Amino acid sequence: MKVYDRTPLNLDRMVIPHGRVYLIPERCKGCNICIRFCPMQVLQESKGQNAKGYHYPEIVEGKEDACVHCQFCMIVCPEFAIYTDAGEGSTP
Amino acid sequence: MTRPAVLTGKHFMHGDHACAEGALAAGCRFFAGYPITPSTEIAEHLAARLPEVDGVFIQMEDELASMATILGASAAGARSMTATSGPGLSLMMENLGLGVMLELPTLVVDVMRGSPSTGLPTLPGQSDVMQARWGSHGDFAVIAYSPWSPQEMFDLTILSFNMADLYCVPAILLADEVVGHMVEKVTIPPEDKIDHIERKKPSKPADGSTYKSYLVEDPDLVPALPFAGEGYHIHLTGLTHDERGYPDMSAETHDHLVRRLFEKIQKNANDIIRVEGYELEGARIMVVSYGCTARSAHSAVLQARAKGIPAGLLRLVSIWPFPECIIRDLSKSIDHFIVAEMNLGQVRLEVERVVHRDVIGVHHAGGAMIPPEPILAAIEAVAK
Amino acid sequence: MSQAIVAEKHPLDDLIRADRMPHIWCPGCGIGIIMRCYAQAILDSDMPIDKHIVVSGIGCSGRVAGYMKLDSYHTTHGRAIPFATGLKLANPSLTVSVFSGDGDLAAIGGNHLIHAARRNIDLTVVCINNFNFGMTGGQVGPTTPQGAFGTTAPYGCQELPFNLPGLLKACGANFVSRWTAVHVRQVRDDIQYAFSKPGFAFIEVLAPCPIGFGKSNGIDDGLEEMEMYRDRSVHIQEAKASEEEMVIDLRADHPIYVGRFVDRDRPPFKPAEALKS
Repeated sequence: MKVYDRTPLNLDRMVIPHGRVYLIPERCKGCNICIRFCPMQVLQESKGQNAKGYHYPEIVEGKEDACVHCQFCMIVCPEFAIYTDAGEGSTP
Repeated sequence: MTRPAVLTGKHFMHGDHACAEGALAAGCRFFAGYPITPSTEIAEHLAARLPEVDGVFIQMEDELASMATILGASAAGARSMTATSGPGLSLMMENLGLGVMLELPTLVVDVMRGSPSTGLPTLPGQSDVMQARWGSHGDFAVIAYSPWSPQEMFDLTILSFNMADLYCVPAILLADEVVGHMVEKVTIPPEDKIDHIERKKPSKPADGSTYKSYLVEDPDLVPALPFAGEGYHIHLTGLTHDERGYPDMSAETHDHLVRRLFEKIQKNANDIIRVEGYELEGARIMVVSYGCTARSAHSAVLQARAKGIPAGLLRLVSIWPFPECIIRDLSKSIDHFIVAEMNLGQVRLEVERVVHRDVIGVHHAGGAMIPPEPILAAIEAVAK
Repeated sequence: MSQAIVAEKHPLDDLIRADRMPHIWCPGCGIGIIMRCYAQAILDSDMPIDKHIVVSGIGCSGRVAGYMKLDSYHTTHGRAIPFATGLKLANPSLTVSVFSGDGDLAAIGGNHLIHAARRNIDLTVVCINNFNFGMTGGQVGPTTPQGAFGTTAPYGCQELPFNLPGLLKACGANFVSRWTAVHVRQVRDDIQYAFSKPGFAFIEVLAPCPIGFGKSNGIDDGLEEMEMYRDRSVHIQEAKASEEEMVIDLRADHPIYVGRFVDRDRPPFKPAEALKS
């Protein structure tokens, strides 16, 4: 994907991580902040509910590999309910 | 040149200064306070002396801050104190209750003055007695001693620190302007003669598990709280809390906690209470008094004895917890109780509660020491 | 769609009291975000966790102390700073932080705030500013923007709010910054920077309060307030505004000025020492 006016010299050495999303459903309070602030729009509100009736997030159809492990969902979640890690096989 | 913490020897010392020296001798290394007559000399003396013993002195912006600061210092493990008078004590009430709830020992010296309100800043009073006991909101017990001399300003400060640390509770030294501002002989013993009780500490080192700060298994009902920074990761909160220190809003937990905090003092009252008896032998009339007024009462009792009147003096060195058993036992052989105090009848209420009969009061709202004459007159009136 | 991987443990669970999760703050409340930044700052600071102490006052933000797995003290309303002062001065090896709200620190605790800053006590104070007294249901506070509504200002807040950075700068604090709950990386960085910077550090973080402030002021949920912060924040370096204008004013055109307002090196408070002869 081409996003630069000029190609950075070390572009070939840049590896975009392939992130995996982890969730602790019982902690989620359905505030949707992670969903709205995810730069790759990986998440959406699920039909599933936790014990308190909050709809926790799920991964959008087709976006299973879109997460780039930028961790913003973890950083901006008020409930310590979501985080990511870098899975294997990251695209250059 | 820097002087040591314990100035062993005989001194001719100002009452407030004696209190400050007592604190240093007791190992107090932290003072936070706010100037207020008639206790300012304690702060001034410690401002000069604490740095000599590598202690911390800080003058805070008000008494609210002072009380909170000494509790913080206590949480870090320091023996800490503040000194104030009636108006300041009123401002310290909420955080006094915090000290009770967090079970953090500290010392509050209240050099009482003519009250209420601004009252008589430079003149004596003894009308904060009930405030010391009931001033903060809620059911809890306090420890309060009342010195009648600069020597006792020294001795009772040490005793207060030891009792506070022993029972993990704030202690109050209820002095008054006369005792605070008079100058008298003060003998300071050698350092090894000054007993020093350490706070109970956890028996096992931190192991990463949630330490149960308030799981109290000892019969004395006192918890073993670690200091800040020792790795136990404790949580202390003014909210009603469970054994782990976590907030717990159940009525049952509340009742259990509040009763333990209360019983912790009441159950150990005999170890805390101090009284002194004068001319008790064959006494039929008992004068009960404390602080500077007890000096006049003592003189009155001696004069009465000289006239063949069987009068005695019971001096309350500890006012809270109230020495009920002692007074109840005495009442078997005493015909008349007289309470002499510089307020309109606060300890008298307690004595009446205990002996279940009328008690004669020799009262004055404050501003001048009660002389022996009215006390002697009261003794003679009932002696007929 | 497919499920996220269900986990038991969050990477920061060792620093928080996971056995007390989920916490009591409302859905969309920003306090959890800022507490996470604090936990991350502690993890990334080279100081041992045992030496990190947190003190809180009363209010929603006052519950932060109870959720951090540190030596933590939940004191009385407004008195967190003096309590923390006592802790720090009695054991200077501790890194003492104060976590509280706008009401606790700037209303009832205002006198202690300005004096601790004047003395430049070595504390890190994080003030979570959600413009109201949230715990008690949304009353106006000392930082409620003029014209905003609260349960005790049904006709709109008549008063001018504090500009906290300006106030703390005038008092003498060594470090003052203001961010919002969207600026999560800057908040973490500033908290960690404050740990190692001697003197009084004050970090104001605007946080959404959907139930207390939002409901009275037409902000439907925490997300909407987060987006408002993202859209209206202007860094003070790019701002062409005087300091007076940097007060928070949520009426239409007024930007929210964020950034580091003060970073200087006045000597931190040190108790007097005797003249060793």
